Amino acid sequence: MSGTNAKFNIFPTRMALTTMKNRYKGAVTGHSLLKRKSEALTRRFRDIVSKIDQAKRKMGKILQIASFSYAEVKYSTGDIGFQIRESAKLAQLKVKARQENVSGVMLPAFDMIVDGQNAFELTGLGRGGQQIQKCKDTYQKAIQVLIELASLQTAFVILDEVIKVTNRRVNAIEHVIMPKIDNTIKFITSELDEGDREEFFRLKKVQGKKKERIAVEEQKRLALGVPVAATGDATAGNNLFAEFEQDPDVMF
Amino acid sequence: MALQKERNLMAVIGDEDSVTGLLLAGIGHTDSKQQSNFLVVDAKTPLAKIEETFEGFTLRKDIAIILVNQHIAEMIRPMIDEYHQAFPTILEIPSKDHPYDPAKDSVLKRISKLFGDS
Repeated sequence: MSGTNAKFNIFPTRMALTTMKNRYKGAVTGHSLLKRKSEALTRRFRDIVSKIDQAKRKMGKILQIASFSYAEVKYSTGDIGFQIRESAKLAQLKVKARQENVSGVMLPAFDMIVDGQNAFELTGLGRGGQQIQKCKDTYQKAIQVLIELASLQTAFVILDEVIKVTNRRVNAIEHVIMPKIDNTIKFITSELDEGDREEFFRLKKVQGKKKERIAVEEQKRLALGVPVAATGDATAGNNLFAEFEQDPDVMF
Repeated sequence: MALQKERNLMAVIGDEDSVTGLLLAGIGHTDSKQQSNFLVVDAKTPLAKIEETFEGFTLRKDIAIILVNQHIAEMIRPMIDEYHQAFPTILEIPSKDHPYDPAKDSVLKRISKLFGDS
């Protein structure tokens, strides 16, 4: 990084100055827009964080309840764990992801879908069927909470990433692009001013020289004109051309 | 960002009771290649197997959520802390013998790091 004296390498003309000024305006607008986006996202982020906190505690409680109901099942039906694990073939509870647009960011949200019929419907027909059903329901409710929590968590991770990127862009514009354009504008302005001053000086010098030349020639004319006036008015008109008679003919 | 339409399974890595309970609710799935979306971890399960299964779950394209018992998550804590993908999400759940401890949760730790003491 070349520090705060970085500028664009362009030829300093008035048109370049206008272009640069427009770019500056563009950078200012872009910067304020991005800043607002970042603020909105950060607000949403904090919102999600507090929701995650609540949801996690809720999840802890509900899973505890579910564990108790499973213990009841074990008490009344014996250990059916092995049977359940072996017969898990197709998942009935699945999740579907849908996209939500949050201030320009596509965040996923999960929905629970029940796909297919209730497996384990026949489990525990021998004994404890009611307990098993209750346990199943409790666990399904718990899974609902877990799915909500998962949605929040994915949103959290994605938002985190997006906020970092947006902030990086804001800082880049603020600390790199705008100073660069600013320096370029100052450079062009100073070059143009210098050019103007040179021009002005040149003009003044030329004017000065012209004045001097006119003064000298005025002197010459006066010197020639004075003796003529003494001889008489009739020939005065002729002597206006006296100085030009000495001029050689112009040959093309 | 891809629409992740094919991600619809919930995977579990947990102790026997947690896994059975969740399977009872109906999230268990075994596909045609005999790959299942759950792993029962007991005292005899080697750490390598847990890590391998976890890694496998994170790379699969059909899993949306991975549920891990918190005490098992403690065992593979370095892997979970390094995990920064958006999909699949990792949720730490309590088990019968280990109630939920917010201080150990990976995501909550990240949050507290971001916001300091607030």
